[in-house]
This record gives sequence, C-alpha cells and structure tokens, in this order.
Amino acid sequence: MKLLQVKGLKASVDGVQILKGVDLEIGYGEVHAIMGLNGSGKSTLSKVLAGHPAYTVTGGEVLFEGKNLFELAPEERARAGLFLAFQYPVEVPGVSNSAFLRLAYNTQQASKGGEELDPLEFDDLVRERIKVVEMDPAFLDRSVNEGFSGGEKKRNEILQMAILSPKLAILDETDSGLDIDALRIVANGVNSLRSEHNAIVMVTHYQRLLNYIVPDFVHVMHAGRIVKTGGKELALELEERGYDWVRAAA
Amino acid sequence: MSSTLQQLVNQPYRHGFVTDIETEVVPKGLSEEVIRLISKKKEEPEWLLEFRLSAYRHWLTLEAPDWAAVSHPPIDFQEIIYFAQPKPKKQLASLDEVDPELLRTFEKLGVPLHEQKIMAGVAVDVIFDSVSVTTTYKAKLAEIGIIFCSLSEAVKEHPELVRQYLGSVVPPSDNFYAALNSAVFTEGSFCFIPKGVKCPMDLSTYFRINTEGSGQFERTLIVAEEGASVSYLEGCTAPQFDTNQLHAAVVELVALDNAEIKYSTVQNWYAGDESGVGGIYNFVTKRGLCRGVNSKISWTQVETGSAITWKYPSCVLLGDGSVGEFYSVALTNHMQQADTGTKMVHVGRNTRSTIVSKGISAGRSSNSYRGLVKIGPKAMGARNYSQCDSMLIGDQCSANTYPTVEVQNENGVVEHEASTSRIGEDQMFLFASRGIGQEEAVSMIINGFCRDVFMHLPLEFAVEATKLLGLKLEGSVG
Ligand SMILES: Nc1ncnc2c1ncn2[C@@H]1O[C@H](COP(=O)(O)OP(=O)(O)O)[C@@H](O)[C@H]1O
Ligand SMILES: [Mg+2]
Repeated sequence: MKLLQVKGLKASVDGVQILKGVDLEIGYGEVHAIMGLNGSGKSTLSKVLAGHPAYTVTGGEVLFEGKNLFELAPEERARAGLFLAFQYPVEVPGVSNSAFLRLAYNTQQASKGGEELDPLEFDDLVRERIKVVEMDPAFLDRSVNEGFSGGEKKRNEILQMAILSPKLAILDETDSGLDIDALRIVANGVNSLRSEHNAIVMVTHYQRLLNYIVPDFVHVMHAGRIVKTGGKELALELEERGYDWVRAAA
Repeated sequence: MSSTLQQLVNQPYRHGFVTDIETEVVPKGLSEEVIRLISKKKEEPEWLLEFRLSAYRHWLTLEAPDWAAVSHPPIDFQEIIYFAQPKPKKQLASLDEVDPELLRTFEKLGVPLHEQKIMAGVAVDVIFDSVSVTTTYKAKLAEIGIIFCSLSEAVKEHPELVRQYLGSVVPPSDNFYAALNSAVFTEGSFCFIPKGVKCPMDLSTYFRINTEGSGQFERTLIVAEEGASVSYLEGCTAPQFDTNQLHAAVVELVALDNAEIKYSTVQNWYAGDESGVGGIYNFVTKRGLCRGVNSKISWTQVETGSAITWKYPSCVLLGDGSVGEFYSVALTNHMQQADTGTKMVHVGRNTRSTIVSKGISAGRSSNSYRGLVKIGPKAMGARNYSQCDSMLIGDQCSANTYPTVEVQNENGVVEHEASTSRIGEDQMFLFASRGIGQEEAVSMIINGFCRDVFMHLPLEFAVEATKLLGLKLEGSVG
C-alpha cells in the first residue's frame, strides 16, 4: 500500500480554480521534491492536503494509507500522521512554545493510545529533540513564533516535526529565507528524521536544498498540475535550463 | 470568519432558566413612596430611610451618563421592579427552612447551599433577587470576630458599623447609578474583619436575578481594620429574559493601616441573545479606599456576561505606601458592549498601582478599556504600571482603549503598554494541523492571553473562569 495517493485532485479558493488535476504517489521511505515557479500551486496543494478551511476540493481523490483523506478533519489528518511545515508560520502570542508542543504531542499520543507526558517528562523529550535543529532551549519558553526571525520560525517547524514524528511530512519552502548555515542545520535535522516508515515531501523552487536532502523523485508543478516527474537529476536540469522547456513540453 | 469560529463563540447560556417560586414584589416604578415601602419591609432605622431619600432626591437632579462607549435605548426607571423576594418572608432558622425549589436552583447553578457540600473553605452569602437567602459558616467566623452577613442583617445587628462606613467610599452623590443604588438598594453582603485578623477562608457572595422586570441593586461593604486581611469572591447569573434588566450595584471597600482586601469577581449575567435581545445592563460602581498606611486593595475581575457592562473598580490610595491593583479580563461576544476599566487615584506618598487589562472581543461586540491614573500633588514617589491588551476574534468586533493619565507632581512615574492581536483562521489552522481540536486551541490561546490575570484569581475561581471563557467562545473561532 502506498502512503499517499493523489488522483486528479482539483481545488479552488475564493471561487478561483487553482489545482487542476494533480496526480502524485508517495511510498514509505521516499523523499519527493515538488518544484515549480511562484504561483504554480505548490502551497495550495500542501494546504489542501492538510485541510486548510479556505480551500474547497472540487474533484479527484486522495488516499492516505488507503483511507479517504477528505473524510478526516484537519486535526484528524494530523493525528493520522500528516504534517505540514508552513511556508509562513504564524505567531501565537501568550502561548508558550513548550506548552503548545506538549499539547500537540499529548493529543496525538492520546489518539494513538500512547503515553502522555507531564511537563517534566516532556521537557526531557523536547530537550533531546531540539538538538536536531540546534535551537537554543530558551525558545521553548517564548511564545510560539512570536518575534522569531524567519530562520528561527522555520527551525521551529522542524522541531514540531521532530516531536510529532509524522508519517508524511510536507515541508513548504522550509529552505526559503535561510542562510547557508541554517539551511545545513535544517537539512541535517530533516535527514535525521528520515526512516523507512515515513516519507518527506519538500516543496521548493531552488535546487540548493536538494544538495543536502537528496530526493528520490522530483516533480514539476505548473498551473495547478504536476507536469513532469523524474529523478534527482531533474532538479539539476531545471537549475540549468529553467522551467520554460518543461512548460513547453506540458 | 469561518463558521466553525462562529460556532465556537456562540455557546448557549446555561444559567438562563427561571425558578418557579412565589415571589412578593413591590409594584414597579420609583417614588418616595416605593422607597419608604422598601425601607419599611426591611424594618430599617430612620437614618437609613433618610440616607435613601436624600440619595433619591439627589438622583432626580441627575441625568444618566452618556460618555461611555455603549449605546442603549433610554431606560424607563418607572418600568422597573425595585423589590422582589421569594415568599414566604420569615426569619429562616436554618437551611432546612429554605424553599427546596430555591435550594435546587442553586444546586443547578453549581452553588450548593448546604455547608457540608460547599466548596471546602469558602463561606457563601447567597442573594436571590432582593433578598439574602443564607449565609454559611457565619457562626464559625463570628468566633474570631469576623462579621459576614447580609447587609440588612448588619443594619439590624451592627447599625453603628454600617452607619460609620456606608457611603464613605462611594457617596450617594457620586454618580447617577450610585445615587439610584443608594436610594433603592435592597440587599448585599457585609464583611467586617477586625483588627489583626486574617480571614481563614475566602468569603463569597453569589447573586442571582430571578424575577422578570426586576432590577438588582445590591450593595456590598467590606471593612478590614488595622492589619486585617480578606479575600472575597463574587459570582453572578440571571435567567434568560427578552427584556433588559438593570443591575446597578455599589461595592465599597475600606482598608485601614496595613490591611489587605482582595476582591475577585466572575460575572456571567445573561448577555442577551445573538441579535442583542434581552440581557443585563450591568452599571456598577466599585471603589476601594486604602485609608491606612501600607494598605492594599486588589480587584480581579472576569467579565463575561451582561448585554452592557459599565464598570470601573477603582482604588483611592490615601494612605502612604498603599497599593492598588486591577486585573481584568473582559470578554464580549455577539452584540455585547463592555466599557470597563479602572481608576487609580494616588493621594499618599509612595503609593503604587498596577493595571492589567485583557479585552477579548468576538462576534459583533464592542469592548473598551477606560482607565484613569491620577497622581496627586502630594503623592511623591508614586508609581503606576498599566498594561492593556486586546484580542479580536473575527473581523466584525471592535476594541478600544481610552487611557487617561493626570500627573500633578514631577516625582510620579507612570508606564503604559498596550497591544492588539487577532485570533485568525491561520492560528486555528496551525493548532489543527498539529492535531489539536478547536476547543482546546481556543482555550489555550485565550488562557495564554489571560494568564497575567488568571494567576491572581483564587484557584477554584481560576478553573471556573477558564471553563467559562471556553464555553463563551465555543463556536466563534475557526
Ligand atoms: N485567495 C485567493 N484567491 C485567488 N487566488 C489565489 C488565492 N490564494 C492564492 N491564489 C492563487 O493561487 C495560485 C497558487 O498559489 P500558491 O499555491 O501559493 O503557489 P506557490 O506555492 O506554488 O507559489 C497563485 O496564482 C495565487 O495567486
Ligand atoms: Mg508557496
């Protein structure tokens, strides 16, 4: 069974059709890159999969571990193991990062019948996992993303991923806005979380992230469709030749 | 704002039932005759009748204030019932004589009246419409000299104390609604903590308006003598009627040298329905006088109910080194209007005050903070810190802050911080995408926002307040 199967997915926002028939299959243990120019629909696809209420699915189907994803509320999708690292993480003033992480962790544990952790036990866990993104534990006591720099927000997304151990992690432009050191840290973090039980989808329009996290498959998105799929060498080809030739071929 | 967000804030009111109980009412309308009748029914001394009548005569010369950021049709004071009490009215020797229907009402509200069932360590005075139903733990408190009873009982048993302090903080001429209250107040609580006594339990009053068309004009008076301290809790609900009901209370606190009074309120009067029909007009004057040196008065309020709230619990810091505090959460939803805040009047030297106000607006409500910090000419070394934060849920509500500062000596230090934030769809989606359900998400966001206030509530009240805010907001965020 595939982890994720997307068949002919169509979706609109505010009455505008954005996704026009996306097909995509993702197996366990795989790393996929979705590339494409700004406005091609990459974030839309990510948010539709995660269940953002602003988007309406107008056609097609999505199976997550064989089950209809659209029958699940966004929080149920998360509990089933779907994770989205946001392109633009929001700030939540007054809610401490550690309390937020613990609530998320315990909610997911509860839904799996796993063990919930009290604040002290959770602190041990989070201090272990925070090393993955080389973040200062002082960030745990601050409000979620409040006053974080762009790069700190992106690292905080990966910290959430490290805590929640999702089956499918979609990283929406986690590389943009990162300097080269931060990029390396984030990439190392993501690599350390790879396993044969999960899969990672990286949404990006730069090849540079793919030097650090090497994909098994590269997809090119254009005008709401995946118009080309290849191996990691496709990313290099796009870097060299741009997108025009793919568009022309599509 | 999405429909899930809407649903989450739009939880029905749970205390909106009416108790079917025979009630004795004085005919509606206000006149000297009605006042004399109330006074007579309450078997009051002559001086109190005079207090009422002079307040009434003064009230006749006043106009209802219009400076608050609230709007409502003019109130017809002749349409209000000024006195309603459950029948039969006789001295109750014990709780067993309380009408069982009434006991059931309070059980339903989560306020059991039997002492053994009452929240451990809280003495409760319960006011139903115009009459005090019962005061628990009274005898126990009396052993250490604490008087905790209904105001009418205090008038009978301790007239000299009541006469000394009644109106000493909020004079009948203070404002329109204070004058009205002074003329027609029917019930309230009286607490007196004698010199050197630390009250061993929280004292609590629970107010309930039951009769349609009746007003509630309670009057609470708390006096802490030298070195005394007390923590007082106030809770309120009302049934759901389509007509607006007036609640115009006066609360007076007096703290002598080194005394400390902590006054906490969780206000959940009926707020009216989604389109703004019905609900309580909550026009309240609350003021504390720090009369003695190093005395301290602290107001903590969680205001979630009422169609209109007009309320500014204040502190007059007369004694040198005295401290005033105001911690407030005001939540408005649907068509609710709240204009609330505080006044800190620094008179003595080295007086200090802290204001923390958190306004949460949802629906089409309007929520204003209005504050005055006044540092008088002799208040050398006075300091104030104010923080006013607003949170908006959805995009049809409004929040305003009107802070006023008057500093009359160069020595005073006044600091003010303010912020406005919005709970939006993207925040809610962040929580959802991490597996967290809406109710928990809202509760976490709101609690985070209100943390600086909740930490000042007694524990049980803090738990109740947290739940209440969650309920009030259910359906409004998404
Ligand atoms: N609310 C909206 N109404 C109309 N069009 C929108 C809305 N939101 C996004 N779009 C459009 O959808 C397209 C895809 O956007 P997006 O998925 O963010 O692209 P990408 O992530 O690939 O840069 C863009 O053309 C964008 O302008
Ligand atoms: Mg994007």
